[in-house]
Amino acid sequence: MVITVLFLPLLGAIIAGFFHPIFGEKMVKFFASSCVFVGAILSWTIFLVTDFSTVEKIHLFNWISSGHLNVAWAIRLDALTSIMLVVVCSVSFLVHLYSFGYMKADHNWKQSEKYEARFFSYLSFFTFAMLALITSDNFLQMFFGWEGVGVASYLLIGFYYKKPSANAAAIKAFVVNRIGDFGFILGIFCVFISTGSLYFDDLFVQAESLADETIQFVGFKLNTIELIAVLLFIGAMGKSAQLFLHTWLPDAMEGPTPVSALIHAATMVTAGVFLVCRMSPVMEFAPSASAAVTVIGASTALFAASVGLVQNDIKRIIAYSTCSQLGYMFAAAGVGFYQAAMFHLFTHAFFKALLFLGAGSVIHGMHHEQDIRAFGGLRKKLPVTFVLMLVGTLAITGVGIPLSYDLFHYSIGFSGFLSKDAIIEGAYAANSSSGLFAFWALIIAALFTSFYSWRLIFLTFYGEFRGKNDDFLNAHEPETTMLLPLLILAIGSIFSGMIFYNSFVGSEANDFFHDAIFNHQNNYILKDFHYVPAWVKILPFFAMLLGFFLAFNFYVMNTKAASKLAAQHFGLYQFLYNKWFFDELFQLLIVKPVLKIADIFWRWGDERFIDGFINRLSLVVIPKLTSFYARLQSGFLFHYAFGMIIGTTLIITWFSFP
Amino acid sequence: MLIDSLVALSPEIMLSIYSMVVVMVGVFSKTKSMDVSLLWLSCLMFCFISLIIALTEPSDIYAFNGAFKLDGFSQFFKIVILLSSGLILAMSKDYLSRYNLLNFEYSALICLSVVGMMIMVSASNLMAVYLGLELQSLSLYVIAAFRRDSLKSTEAGLKYFVLGALSSGLFLYGASLVYGFTGTTGFEEISGVILDEGLSTGVLFGLIFILGGMAFKVSAVPFHMWTPDVYEGSPTPVTTFFAIVPKLAAIAMLARLLFVPFGNAISEWQQILVFLSISSMLIGSIAAIGQSNIKRLMAYSSISHIGFALIGLTVGSSEGLSAVIIYMFIYVIANFGVFAFILNMQRDGVSVTDISSLSLYSRVNSIRAFCLSLIILSLAGLPPLVGFFGKVFIFKAAINSGFVPLVIVGGLSSVIGAFYYLRMVYLIYFGEVSDRLGGSMPFINQVVLTTSAIAVTLGSINLFGIQGFVSVISTTFLG
Repeated sequence: MVITVLFLPLLGAIIAGFFHPIFGEKMVKFFASSCVFVGAILSWTIFLVTDFSTVEKIHLFNWISSGHLNVAWAIRLDALTSIMLVVVCSVSFLVHLYSFGYMKADHNWKQSEKYEARFFSYLSFFTFAMLALITSDNFLQMFFGWEGVGVASYLLIGFYYKKPSANAAAIKAFVVNRIGDFGFILGIFCVFISTGSLYFDDLFVQAESLADETIQFVGFKLNTIELIAVLLFIGAMGKSAQLFLHTWLPDAMEGPTPVSALIHAATMVTAGVFLVCRMSPVMEFAPSASAAVTVIGASTALFAASVGLVQNDIKRIIAYSTCSQLGYMFAAAGVGFYQAAMFHLFTHAFFKALLFLGAGSVIHGMHHEQDIRAFGGLRKKLPVTFVLMLVGTLAITGVGIPLSYDLFHYSIGFSGFLSKDAIIEGAYAANSSSGLFAFWALIIAALFTSFYSWRLIFLTFYGEFRGKNDDFLNAHEPETTMLLPLLILAIGSIFSGMIFYNSFVGSEANDFFHDAIFNHQNNYILKDFHYVPAWVKILPFFAMLLGFFLAFNFYVMNTKAASKLAAQHFGLYQFLYNKWFFDELFQLLIVKPVLKIADIFWRWGDERFIDGFINRLSLVVIPKLTSFYARLQSGFLFHYAFGMIIGTTLIITWFSFP
Repeated sequence: MLIDSLVALSPEIMLSIYSMVVVMVGVFSKTKSMDVSLLWLSCLMFCFISLIIALTEPSDIYAFNGAFKLDGFSQFFKIVILLSSGLILAMSKDYLSRYNLLNFEYSALICLSVVGMMIMVSASNLMAVYLGLELQSLSLYVIAAFRRDSLKSTEAGLKYFVLGALSSGLFLYGASLVYGFTGTTGFEEISGVILDEGLSTGVLFGLIFILGGMAFKVSAVPFHMWTPDVYEGSPTPVTTFFAIVPKLAAIAMLARLLFVPFGNAISEWQQILVFLSISSMLIGSIAAIGQSNIKRLMAYSSISHIGFALIGLTVGSSEGLSAVIIYMFIYVIANFGVFAFILNMQRDGVSVTDISSLSLYSRVNSIRAFCLSLIILSLAGLPPLVGFFGKVFIFKAAINSGFVPLVIVGGLSSVIGAFYYLRMVYLIYFGEVSDRLGGSMPFINQVVLTTSAIAVTLGSINLFGIQGFVSVISTTFLG
């Protein structure tokens, strides 16, 4: 069954990519989407029916067999894989469905140009690569999927390849990801050196003993397991846009909105979180690396949320929000609460895809205007979208009944409320300095999250319309194929938390995850987080409320106050608005020096030295030799005979000197 | 005893008698149609004899007191030689009749030279070698000058004859030195003497001269200078024959000479072969760049290919030997394709051999152009065509025996050589607009061209299935 899930999207991608001239665009779009639909149905079946008491491994074929390096293409089916299968296939299907409407008559293309089949092919290919990543049984196959999603992401960010900004964003995403991938591949090398195998199982079995070993790395003697964990985490940072490697994610919004929802919100960017959770047996023995994960995650959550406060592009706000939510997940994984990380990954997929697709509906309805300053009062024009986005916002800001678990022994609230609070409580329960840092950072981030989410809602749907009047009059609800995915995601955003709370982090968690997630015997976080003080449990709720009221005050009640505040704290505003100047800093510290060095290599190394040498050899030396030889080949018999005699003489002379 | 020897050599004897019959019938009939029938009959004869050889169980038999050795190795080469000669006869019919060259002498001379080559392949005694060598050469001298009204053809024949005589002289001198210092001309006996007494300077010099004579036959540098002139001057069917069949016989004979009588002097002849192969590869590639005549170009191409084959011999292992056999086999297949095309290069009934006349051939006949391009690319050694794998096997054998520098030179020269091969393909598809070649082509040449193209493409899947067979031959050959 899982094999079908894995390869159907590939089939869809091939058919859509190569055979659309034969079958027609409509047909291949439909085919690719139904492939993913079948995949989604099957993966829900796997998720709900299978109990994952044993890890199921399906050997497909041998891939590489060279010396000690033996890698097969195999599927590893456990709870983690199954969660990801559900997330990837469902969101992918909904996005496929949504794209039917969204990509129709795209203003970036001329009437005669065909682009839809290409788009669907990329989407399906992405789905395949992502599935290959999550089902892998070894590092190499995972790396294949890892790079595959990278390529798909590159292609889709640069989908509007006529726009220079889209191309630049695509290249930026690829290059920044390369840095992470470099760490990842170094990590894979380390694994191979220290265990002699690329299979997860071999590493997991040896993890405990590796914790006592050291390895030589760029001149330093380092703890093996810590090094592996850190290097793999660097890979995860790149893919999941964590602090320092986050700069590509906001720019990736150049891609079509369905892409942002699928790749840059729900699935690909969570691959890093998945990797860290998959590596739980490694992380558990690498306390320093775990602390680093926590700190980086929490800092990202805080940083991205703070930048999100002042952005004006509707997609960028949601992009920073994604970045921030990913930070939550890492923080959870870092404190050893992998279950909560996966839970948040799961719920986040629903509400973030919902928000993105909702934003897509707004953009679609507003003729590709993305600046929220040009919106306003749209709830009258787009009532359905408004309600659905409201659901998404309630979910992400974390609306629910605090302490409900203690009171009724049943958690009640929107999905984001349950998963996010679990993380925050877990950070507190970890009872470590990094955990405590994460706790406070995440509380503040929750405040910011609430503020920017409501700000988005208020500026878009409330108040007076601030854009061009024509736009407002022409604004319209999208068609049903676009609203249906939103509706499904909204249902997921409301209920997924409550339904699966017990399975992921509640009483049934151990039976649900089994061996997929490993908790060290001293790691009691799964129980402890229920018993944190009541103020810890209520605090995020109040942070949310505070954010809501601030936003309400600034953007509904007292609309002038916001710009006044910004003017008062001009420096701070610019700092946030320019994303803490990360791009400028990188430009100055890394991009420019690298370009200089590259320029030197290009002009001197390549043009002068390599090209110069080859060109001179092939354009000067060889023709000279040829014409010299032509003179030898004179046509005179005695020259030829002379040549033979000389040849013989030469050989005899050679042997005459022993 | 005598009967056994006669039976063992019956194919050669039959072919000799047949060629005399051809002469007699030809002399007395004097009709053109008889000449044509004799040509087809000779084709049939070649096929028939190769069938006989193929049906004989391979076993190590000595004939005429050890003058000939009949083993799987000689069997394989004889079959390839016979079939190639038959095919070349069939392919050349159209060209010969166009230039009014289709005489019975042509068939008779080809038959005689084939007899000579069959003797060369199985000779196990220096005298037998010389017998075969001369029988082959004398026939070839004549057919090189076969187009008597052409100055170039006559010149080619004369040059070939004079230089061939010189090379025979070298060979004979070497053979007499070897005989003088070992007291025998039998291969096994020479080998025994060298094993017992070591390699004396006299024998070493004899070896050098013998190799000089043989290098002339395979046209290895610096004994190659006749090749371009003879290839260019001879009528194209004769060039085709030169490019394919004597090369096979000479390589086979060279292999036997090196491995059997001088098998105990490997380190000495390896030095000579390294020199020959490096200079052949480099000069073959470099000189070919300057050519404008496709026949001269093919001459240099063959020189460079022989250089590669010599690497395989230099290695001195059974792996190297089987690599050589495979390489020559691939070489033959590709050359058939190219010459099937060259035989038919004509504009308004006049043969042309400029490379530039290939210009835009793809617009004349796209299928043939594609086939030819594939074959040329295979000659250049481009993967995934079979020519690439031929080189790979040679290089692999060389690396396994530690001849890395040889492989580096080989790689370099195939890069240089790729230039002129690619230029041909370039011309076929993107050349300048000029007078194009005529479009007609005899059926048999079309078949050969297409088959060759298919073979160089599909051959890389399993190398025509000969790999296992060849390695068996070469291991038994080396004992």
